[in-house]
Amino acid sequence: MAPLVSIRNLRVTFNGVQVLRGVDVSLQKGEALGLVGESGSGKSVTWLAALGLLPRHAKVSGSVLLDDREILGAPAADLDHVRGGRVAMIFQDPASALNPVLTIRRQLCEALALHRDLSGDAVKAEARRLLDLVGIPDAGRRLSAYPHEFSGGQVQRIMIAMALAGNPDLLVADEPTTALDATIQAQILELLSSVRREMGMAMVLISHDLGVVAENCDRVAVMYAGRIVEEAPSNQLFADPVHPYAQGLIGALPPLDGARRRLTAIPGTVPDPARMPEGCAFAPRCTLASEACGLVAPSLAPIAHDRNVACIRAEASRRALLGIAAE
Amino acid sequence: MGHFFAIRLGRAALTIVLVVTFAFVVLRLSGDPALMILGPEAPPEVLAAFRKAWSLDDPIWAQYFDYFGAIAKGELGRSMRDGRPAIELVLERIPATLALTLPAFFFKVALGIPAGIYAALHRGSGIDRAVMMTAVAGFTVPSFVLALVLVLVFAVQLGWLPSGGQESWRHAILPIATLGLGGAAVLARFTRSAMLEVLGQPYIRTASAKGVSWRQVVTSHALPNAAIPTVTILGFMVGTLIAGAVVVESVFAWPGVGRLLVVAVANRDLAVVQCILLLVAMTMVTSNLVVDFLYGFLDPRLRAKGAHA
Amino acid sequence: MSAPFVQVSAISRSYAMRSGMFGRSTVVHAVDGVSLSIPKGETLGLVGESGSGKSTTGRIVLGFEPSDSGEVRFDGKPMAPLGTAAWRAQRARMQMIFQDPLGALDRRLPVAAQIREPLDIHDLGMPAEREDRVRELLRAVELTPAHGARYPGALSGGQRQRIVLARALATKPDFLVCDEPVSALDVSIQAQVVNLLADLQAELSLTLLFISHDLRVVRQISNVVAVMYLGRIVEIGSADDLFARPEHPYTQALVSASPAPGRRSAGRIVLAGDPPNPAARPQGCTFHPRCPRAIARCASEVPALSSIGGNRQVACHLVTGAETRDAA
Repeated sequence: MAPLVSIRNLRVTFNGVQVLRGVDVSLQKGEALGLVGESGSGKSVTWLAALGLLPRHAKVSGSVLLDDREILGAPAADLDHVRGGRVAMIFQDPASALNPVLTIRRQLCEALALHRDLSGDAVKAEARRLLDLVGIPDAGRRLSAYPHEFSGGQVQRIMIAMALAGNPDLLVADEPTTALDATIQAQILELLSSVRREMGMAMVLISHDLGVVAENCDRVAVMYAGRIVEEAPSNQLFADPVHPYAQGLIGALPPLDGARRRLTAIPGTVPDPARMPEGCAFAPRCTLASEACGLVAPSLAPIAHDRNVACIRAEASRRALLGIAAE
Repeated sequence: MGHFFAIRLGRAALTIVLVVTFAFVVLRLSGDPALMILGPEAPPEVLAAFRKAWSLDDPIWAQYFDYFGAIAKGELGRSMRDGRPAIELVLERIPATLALTLPAFFFKVALGIPAGIYAALHRGSGIDRAVMMTAVAGFTVPSFVLALVLVLVFAVQLGWLPSGGQESWRHAILPIATLGLGGAAVLARFTRSAMLEVLGQPYIRTASAKGVSWRQVVTSHALPNAAIPTVTILGFMVGTLIAGAVVVESVFAWPGVGRLLVVAVANRDLAVVQCILLLVAMTMVTSNLVVDFLYGFLDPRLRAKGAHA
Repeated sequence: MSAPFVQVSAISRSYAMRSGMFGRSTVVHAVDGVSLSIPKGETLGLVGESGSGKSTTGRIVLGFEPSDSGEVRFDGKPMAPLGTAAWRAQRARMQMIFQDPLGALDRRLPVAAQIREPLDIHDLGMPAEREDRVRELLRAVELTPAHGARYPGALSGGQRQRIVLARALATKPDFLVCDEPVSALDVSIQAQVVNLLADLQAELSLTLLFISHDLRVVRQISNVVAVMYLGRIVEIGSADDLFARPEHPYTQALVSASPAPGRRSAGRIVLAGDPPNPAARPQGCTFHPRCPRAIARCASEVPALSSIGGNRQVACHLVTGAETRDAA
């Protein structure tokens, strides 16, 4: 089956500094893909670049296919149709994600008018239905309210309603719960998974929180310094990470149950994109790095069915994996 | 909402009282009006009679209360120079001033706001840099310098326009240009930064992400938000319509309120100075009030605060 | 058991807040009768969502904010009145670390100078020795003198938080209040700082009050954890036990809401309703409007924090109802 979205060798340069250094990732219809990584790893930039949402001075190259059609560098009118209509996106900060001077109705109906063949009262009725759907109580009256009259969790619900307005095939949720309290985060994640089930929509969940991604996604891609370093079904990734960075991330997460252990902190810090090390970008922090790691950047290669890793040790890991499988 | 208005009106009235009080105190403390007007050689009995006629011998607080009492009755005093009601002297100068400041105001708006928006939308482009350099120049060069440069170029060198006076519309061009260029520069800078601030907001990205065309994003999402800070500076400019042309009127010998003020201050013509100050304070305060209400209109967050009251 | 090093008894803090610019003022109960005790060298974790009063509690404990009632005893003695010499002496023994290290540091000074500042203020050691002490502190937080010469802007988030930690340790405090110290940091850096904090605590026998919304981090570093909701402690107990067997419905929901790798969301408790608003606190048990198990009594009667065995205390009619009736 042809993937819904296929991103190949996506590169982004800001003022001569390369922040995305060749990202390859694809997504099937209806699939939930998690994208984890620390700040600056390029997980948001990947999707902003794919949708042409980066500032003008960003240089983007590579290929982004949506249903086998290239959308990178597509004419603005085509992109406006894709954005919101095929691929919707929601963001982290609920306080400023909605236009403060426009009513919720204006902002919801704007999206409906753009992507749906509705007019007049039908638009308003649909706006109301969407607010109901995302669990805003008293939707009819609340439509005429302004964003500041809603709590952070409610604004995120409205953002989801707006994203659903165009019946998209893919929802990109960029840290949708990071700014919210734990119990509200649970509500939003629940809502996301229920609308996704109902509408058969694919989702990319961008998060720094491994737990959030693990619980809500079928497959997870781990990003480091502008590249994907490991990609695997989420249960496999968390049970048995292969890339040393993925191992480090999981080891750095304090457990919520069982025995306490000393956290395995990854030494050092993320490299400055302007001074990227030669070879593997993670090598300077990697406890397993050998001389070869500093020579050439490893490419993302399959180590098993539906598992990809970018590490020269992956070959050894693959053998190990196969060895285990053979037992 | 009524409460919101009442508080703002009260504050406006207080501002006017404070301005008038300040003017009263400063002018009375800075010299003897009788001596200033009649000269040091005037005979003592004439000085005494003058002081008596203008109640200058009363205790200062009595003069102060008399003055406010008179204002309350609509009497703004008479010019100490020629005995005409001060308000008449001032009012007859207003059309001349507005003839300069109103066209200049529209010039500022028509040039400054589009230039600022264009510069923000094409940030870093050659046009942006040109607009900003012009704006910084217009911002930093004092208006009398600009006036003199314009006079040198267009009146002295080229001989296209007259350098002063009020005989025809051609006389108004250089003063209007002087006022308008400086103001447009300020407005362009302000609009540009307001616009850039708004364009960097997440809700602009939200609008783009839902498929709104860039043109629509700018007109229906960015501009209404950028209007909020821009209204502040516009309000300030409206406030200076009456007395914002003091320097320019002096340079171009334009008989407006500004020149009247300069002459009245030099002559210690208290009634006229106070009358002008009162008028200026009232226009300032009124334009501030209008700005406040416009805020409420433009920004639902402020409207909500008022509604709670 | 020896007397606790930090003893907080029934502290409360409420203040008037106006809604809107001219709205009627409402009384906000930020903290309501909170009691805590921390033995020397141990860590008490304080968890809760925004509006739970956990940060206000931290500030009251350090005397940054007065308490309307109750008292805080430190090393057996009550806190001296704010601003007195005795208070300053006490304050040198307790320090605070905030979430935002950049906000806590002066951007225009090299960080070594900022670590040195408390030594100068409290006149600790000979001026000549202070440079050595700064180097020693930098080493203690695993940084080098080269880092000390830099400005805050030239350091990463994790390094900045280490500098803040070094500065807090300069006066050799016995007690640290950490308010969301690692929340702004990435996971791998967060682990570095948590490990460092644990090492320093063991080495210097520091007593910690660790405030965070992150259950995992709190569990990692705490001996005892208290859960706050709208200004009150709803459950308190030893860290491992509390998270393994939460009793209060709110704690259960919090633990259940904390996503874990390798576990899908089946069976998660999702609380309805908005986050709690301290300006509109419900009657009775403040949690009852969102509680999936609330009964009539919950709406009218405030449940007292009562022991249910072990060192666990819970404030919930459903959990303690039977015991309190028996005791009565």
